[in-house]
Amino acid sequence: MPDDIAPSPPADRGYLTEKGFLSWACTLDHKRIGLLYLGTTLLFFLVGGVFALLLRMKLMYPGEELFSNKAYNVFFTLHGIMMIFLFIIPAIPSALGNFLIPLMIGARDVAFPRLNIFSYWIFLAGIIVILASLASPLDTGWTFYTPYSATTGAAVTVLSFGIFLVGMSSILTGLNFIVTIHRLRAPGLTWFRLPLFIWSMYATSIIQVLATPVVGITFLLLAAERIFGVGFFDPAKGGDPLLFQHFFWFYSHPVVYVMILPAMGIVSEILPVFARKPIFGYKGIAYSSLAIAFIGFLVWGHHMFVSGMSDVAGIIFSFLTFFVAVPTGVKVFNWIATLYRGSISLDAPMLYSLTFIFLFIIGGLTGPFLGALATNVHLHDTYFVVAHFHYTMMGGTVIGLFAGLHYWFPKMFGRMYSERRALTAWLLIFFGFNITFFSMFILGVQGMPRRWAEYPERFQPLHIASTAGSWFLALGTVLMFWNLFRSLFRGGPAQPDPWGSKTLEWRTGSPPPTHNFAEIPTVTEWPYGFGKKEKERE
Amino acid sequence: MLNTSSTKAYRTYILVWLALLVLTVVTWLVSYVHLGMLNVTVAMLIASMKALLVALFFMHLRYENRLLWAFAIIPLGFLTLIIGGTLADVLLRD
Ligand SMILES: [Cu+2]
Repeated sequence: MPDDIAPSPPADRGYLTEKGFLSWACTLDHKRIGLLYLGTTLLFFLVGGVFALLLRMKLMYPGEELFSNKAYNVFFTLHGIMMIFLFIIPAIPSALGNFLIPLMIGARDVAFPRLNIFSYWIFLAGIIVILASLASPLDTGWTFYTPYSATTGAAVTVLSFGIFLVGMSSILTGLNFIVTIHRLRAPGLTWFRLPLFIWSMYATSIIQVLATPVVGITFLLLAAERIFGVGFFDPAKGGDPLLFQHFFWFYSHPVVYVMILPAMGIVSEILPVFARKPIFGYKGIAYSSLAIAFIGFLVWGHHMFVSGMSDVAGIIFSFLTFFVAVPTGVKVFNWIATLYRGSISLDAPMLYSLTFIFLFIIGGLTGPFLGALATNVHLHDTYFVVAHFHYTMMGGTVIGLFAGLHYWFPKMFGRMYSERRALTAWLLIFFGFNITFFSMFILGVQGMPRRWAEYPERFQPLHIASTAGSWFLALGTVLMFWNLFRSLFRGGPAQPDPWGSKTLEWRTGSPPPTHNFAEIPTVTEWPYGFGKKEKERE
Repeated sequence: MLNTSSTKAYRTYILVWLALLVLTVVTWLVSYVHLGMLNVTVAMLIASMKALLVALFFMHLRYENRLLWAFAIIPLGFLTLIIGGTLADVLLRD
């Protein structure tokens, strides 16, 4: 621990001192805006989770006892929309990104604080519009494929306007971060001394700025088709239904990297701290973030292999998809090499980070099965896709978020949580998760189609296993949030640097003062100089 | 940034504006000449020239550093990408 900081007295609430509605609603402080995003997104994580539990309950016994099959269609649509657009896309970038980027680069705030709170308000406005659209039973799924979405009586137009607003918030946040990282780094903080979380957030922001406008335009075209009858997607009017899928996936494939890259950044921060070793292959991890962001734009067609796309395009997209695995593999090998002969301590952040690597390898390696043209035809629209998606997005991003929450919780609130309770919760989550979603891999290979409320009897045992797993997963998640929530008020005081980390956010109080640093620090080395190799690098 | 005196800057703006007007008239006149598929090509070429003029002078790109040039050009690459990828499907479908 650097000895140049005086531990802040436990009574000092830092940026949290001011109280009252307006002090939050009109704040320009990136840390408070980050917490606003965190609260909002976690709320939708819980709501989306309740829908997931209901879906699993119904799938245990096919039939309409619990609720109707029509309601099932609506529930999986709501689960998807809330989890994707209101939780997982904004959760790490907007919540942790906002809170951490200025602290980690030694700045007093983001480059455009007013734009920052504006983008939060647009986000809220988008949420309100989306919730309003739910007055009609939406059953399009979160992908809104035409022609169904263009013709259904559900309020797709209202919903797409809401997502348009949420997307705008995402663009503004990304723009803000790019400028912040370019312009506001502390003296001495060169590009190759940047924490890897910043590199991953930079790559994420580029995707947000370049890809999100495309989905915005897509929804405008859909609205034009629904309201004015313009034939963009309807073949009878000279349109092409596949055009919608091209546009939609040009956004929605890169956006999975908006979800996963920040989680990879979190893991890259936590591993060296809890292994007490310098991160292995710093430049490899940094550049692979940019490479993933770039290659992610070249592969969208792999969602359309069985949609009637041309064979040549299918071959091209299948071939390009394999390239994403390369920078991803670079990261995984570097993480594992970082652990090699480290002195590892298994605190909650580290447990979740190791879980991330374990689950993400399974989720990542099942990707090529789907990206390969031949196997895709068999696995397309089966539970294999559902399992792959949840292993990467929940096992990857959400577990990464949990790791980050436990790691930075003391910094955010100046309090510690109960480690024992955190371990129990982790155990439940780990086993619950694998029981829930590994069953789905097997179901998928056996041919269980996704999105079906009814199924042949032979699939039932695995469905029951999956549902039972979802209860453990839910129990663990509730326990984890209860532990953190309780610690907001009753946790013991946290030191400025409780884990012995070296990035800049730990060189100020816990919680940090409103303007982050009493004096802007000068950086002289990279933030991963742990152990004996401390001298070798610089 | 602009180093020139303000009168000179205004003169540039007005010249660019006149050039844009001339190009608009050319687009209109060309549409009366029948060139087949070339009509679209010519119209797109003139439109690109106009967009370039706006970006260079009205949006000051001409006076900016390389980083801003990069930020202006990269999205064009992505536009090419989405059009190219979609055409790889649409043109080759059987
Ligand atoms: Cu994809």
